Amino acid sequence: MYDGEYSDKVIDHFTNPRNVGEIENPSGVGTVGNAKCGDIMRIFLDIDENGIIRDCKFKTFGCGAAVASSSMATEMVKGKSVQEAMEITNKAVMEALDGLPVVKVHCSLLAEEAIHAALWDYAQKTSTKIEGLRPPKADIND
Amino acid sequence: MSKMERIYLDNAATSRMRKEAFDAMLPYFMDEYANPSSIHSMSKNPRAAVKKAREQIAGCLNCEPSEIYFTSGGTESDNWAMISGAEMLSDKGKHIIISSIEHHAILETADYLQKRGFEISKAPVDGDGVVRLDELRKMFRPDTILVAVMTANNEIGTVEPVKEIAEIVHEHGALFFTDAVQAFAHIPLDTKKLGVDMLSASGHKFGGPKGIGFLYVRKGIRLPPFMHGGEQESGRRAGTTNVPGIVGMGAAAEISCAEMGETGKRLTALRNHYIERVEKEIPYCRLNGHRTERLPSNANFSFRFVEGESMLMNLGMKGVCVSTGSACASGSLDPSHVLLAIGLPHDIAHGSIRASFPEDITLEQVDYAVDCLKETVERIRSLSPLYDDFLKKEGA
Repeated sequence: MYDGEYSDKVIDHFTNPRNVGEIENPSGVGTVGNAKCGDIMRIFLDIDENGIIRDCKFKTFGCGAAVASSSMATEMVKGKSVQEAMEITNKAVMEALDGLPVVKVHCSLLAEEAIHAALWDYAQKTSTKIEGLRPPKADIND
Repeated sequence: MSKMERIYLDNAATSRMRKEAFDAMLPYFMDEYANPSSIHSMSKNPRAAVKKAREQIAGCLNCEPSEIYFTSGGTESDNWAMISGAEMLSDKGKHIIISSIEHHAILETADYLQKRGFEISKAPVDGDGVVRLDELRKMFRPDTILVAVMTANNEIGTVEPVKEIAEIVHEHGALFFTDAVQAFAHIPLDTKKLGVDMLSASGHKFGGPKGIGFLYVRKGIRLPPFMHGGEQESGRRAGTTNVPGIVGMGAAAEISCAEMGETGKRLTALRNHYIERVEKEIPYCRLNGHRTERLPSNANFSFRFVEGESMLMNLGMKGVCVSTGSACASGSLDPSHVLLAIGLPHDIAHGSIRASFPEDITLEQVDYAVDCLKETVERIRSLSPLYDDFLKKEGA
């Protein structure tokens, strides 16, 4: 993969990623992916008492597309309700990035999974029901 | 140095053509374009040019010109040596040994042979990427016919003990082939001293053009042709002779070999400077490949907690062109087989950056590259959850 195959938006989000960092005492945190195949994403959520995502941060080990996908995903969930965040698909992340090369589609899937994993953590802690939410895959431990 | 000057540190992928080689080729496109296999008067000069190039190559290897066969490049030479070598010896046996760090041109050709009834064993390497001679010795069987170990590795730069391996192979009555694509015209190679039976090389790796290479086949070995359909190359390799390519490769080989001592010394010093600075200034890194038994132009490092493609992209934005063994760069899931073979865990193998220096690299450029690498590793680590986890563990 070389820069030429990435859209300007991917390059922008890789070069200046939004919302990098951690949240102390997050409402929910999710880590997905594994080092074996080269991508790990961790997403932190700060959710208010009305179930609105106040803040979102990420840390990602992975390629340019993985960093850009996480950055875009955090932008997309901010200000949304947990149910709205749940409904953000990898396709939406990809579209927001003006597309990803075929071999990088899994990066956007990982971003979707990372959001779900963080939402799952929040749902478990607060006994909140989020429709369509399933337990995250445990491949981080592979 | 201007920020967007491009610094090319990917010379192992391909090299810029040498001006002398380029100039040498030019007459053979528009003026001396005749087919050297023709018998009219116009074929005389092209034929003489091909003869000269064969002598130039032979001069670099201390072999006979008649032992050099021109091909379309390293890949064809590797396929030819492996497939025709296996076919030639198939009456004697079906067992072939290759090293576990061969180039894909050998690995995938071995897979091809395996599907056609040959048995392939892969000789392990140590942590520096050197083939383990003790293990290699144990792998021979009465039906072992062919052994292929590269002269120097393309990713980590380790130079293999080719002479010792050739001796072991011959003790066991098998044929020894070495892929010298990364080594030829970069380090001294003497076929008589090394005792190899076949050796492959590619023109564009040492300042020659792309699309041309050769296979050295020791006199007395009747390697059958791989390309059929003509009497070129003494009936061993059919296809209209690529005169400009051959002339360019010959010229590049001659100059590279003549300057090898000086270039090697200069590059070794610059490479060592790069290695020293990286080891001193970037924590949690690992030099891949043998520290001294390595190509003068190669420095390969793994950086923990970071992934190669993102580093490569970041470096690219600073004008520094390198390569990586990360899977993310290729679209496959596994990182480089070479890095796994030397024992790196997957996550560390994903964080590898290879710098391979062209012969005209300057100290200033090397320093700029290290500065960029340092900034890049710091920046990508600041994004990495693995680095966070590590720091927390260390702090605890």
